[in-house]
Amino acid sequence: MSLVYAKNDWYAIAAADEMTLGQQRQTLLLGTPLTVTATDEGVVVRDDQGKTYPYQIKFDHVWTALGDAPRALFDIPEGDEPGRRCVPCGVVRVKCSPLRAVENFLDIAHFPFVHTDILGAEPHTEVEPYKVEIREEQDEVWATKVRFFQPKAAKSAGSGITTEYEYRVPAPTVAVLYKTCPPKPEAQDVIAIFVQPRGEEECDVWPWMALYDDESSFEELVQFQQEIFLQDRSILENQLPHRLPLDPKMEIPTRADMTSVAYRRWLKKRGALYGAMTEVA
Amino acid sequence: MSFTLYNWVLSGNCYKVRLLASLLDVAYETVAVDFHPGQQHKSEAMLALNPAGTLPVLVAGDLVLTETPAMLAWIAATFDPSGRWWPTNDARAMAEVMEWLAFSSALTATSGEARLKAVLDRPIDLPKALAGAERCFRQLEQHLVERRFGGGVWLVGDHPTIADIACFPYVALSPDGGLEHDAFPAIREWLYAIRGLPGFKTMPGIHELHELREGEAVHG
Repeated sequence: MSLVYAKNDWYAIAAADEMTLGQQRQTLLLGTPLTVTATDEGVVVRDDQGKTYPYQIKFDHVWTALGDAPRALFDIPEGDEPGRRCVPCGVVRVKCSPLRAVENFLDIAHFPFVHTDILGAEPHTEVEPYKVEIREEQDEVWATKVRFFQPKAAKSAGSGITTEYEYRVPAPTVAVLYKTCPPKPEAQDVIAIFVQPRGEEECDVWPWMALYDDESSFEELVQFQQEIFLQDRSILENQLPHRLPLDPKMEIPTRADMTSVAYRRWLKKRGALYGAMTEVA
Repeated sequence: MSFTLYNWVLSGNCYKVRLLASLLDVAYETVAVDFHPGQQHKSEAMLALNPAGTLPVLVAGDLVLTETPAMLAWIAATFDPSGRWWPTNDARAMAEVMEWLAFSSALTATSGEARLKAVLDRPIDLPKALAGAERCFRQLEQHLVERRFGGGVWLVGDHPTIADIACFPYVALSPDGGLEHDAFPAIREWLYAIRGLPGFKTMPGIHELHELREGEAVHG
């Protein structure tokens, strides 16, 4: 049941710039082994039985869907804005539920403790009230008016600033954040994670950014994001239970967890249960 | 005298240099090298600097170092006037440190490789790498237990040396690759001791000791 739902979403399964002619990548999506091959007629996504699947190139990645009736892939229009630098950050494997990877990305309260002196610092640990909504029209979770003090909010940030965030979940295994862009205050930087569920408790995570930053080298931008993401990895791998609990009786949220609460409700309502547990085990 | 480190933020070997520089309060420049996904350490420019195509690379004037133990020795000899981190005045201690510097390469080749497989899906035989890491850990555990019996905390002598710094990262990071520390109590104590050093610097996967407050460091 949960697998049927999951199969009709699109997932990033390869970096577009690594798929040059003749290149091949073996991977696993929702338990299905796939071979992604770059041919002169485009990318071919094939399983072990020889069945091929559709693909599209978006946000510097190759996306595929395994189901017969995939839902439309969401858009991130900022990615096409002239002047932005799009930075695919490579793939990192994490032994955790794909939903936990997304939920962690939506959490602000851990910044001072896990991303110390970068995204947060003690004693600035308070999460001020913010707004969470499910936008029915787009069927997305949004958290807005999130404000947080950050010592080094971005590679381009010289010193500590209060950063404004908006979070968006456009698909069960994708999280996008929009945050104050230090060198261009009227615009927002966009940082996303595209989570490729290998199984219910293992995923490949593809971080991606669309930034205004003319100063930093590409290498510095990638490493800034990799450093932050790897600070989360060991914590994600140790979260219990391994699957994301959707039964409200299982965990007691605080006010700072409103985004997580909305995300979990939204998953449950849609039946997006791949990587989740729905009742007390 | 300072230096430039060609650096990848997630590399345990690059971290050895960053950590020692931090402990000795040495300022230096870094150049970010995109090891993943860019494979930039194998680029023409990097191969011209280091034909082995490995990271880190340390450049100080016309000196180019490509082996981490050599970098640690050079940094300690240059920036530690006490001579305790690289004890060249004591033949026995110096030789023992060199033993552990060699051992650190075995840690990179086992625990470090397991981590590359688990995190970046590099084509590596994970069970073999983990089995090798466990053998290394047993040897290290036994040594540290014996040291404890004699009142010692560090791998060699009564002060931390570059041997501790060389061995620390790929032991501390082994849970990334799937080898936990639970079965190695003496190793855990040693990891805590290093994390408690004044000037200690973290890297992703190695967390700060939040429970330590100022003035309460384990070892000064």
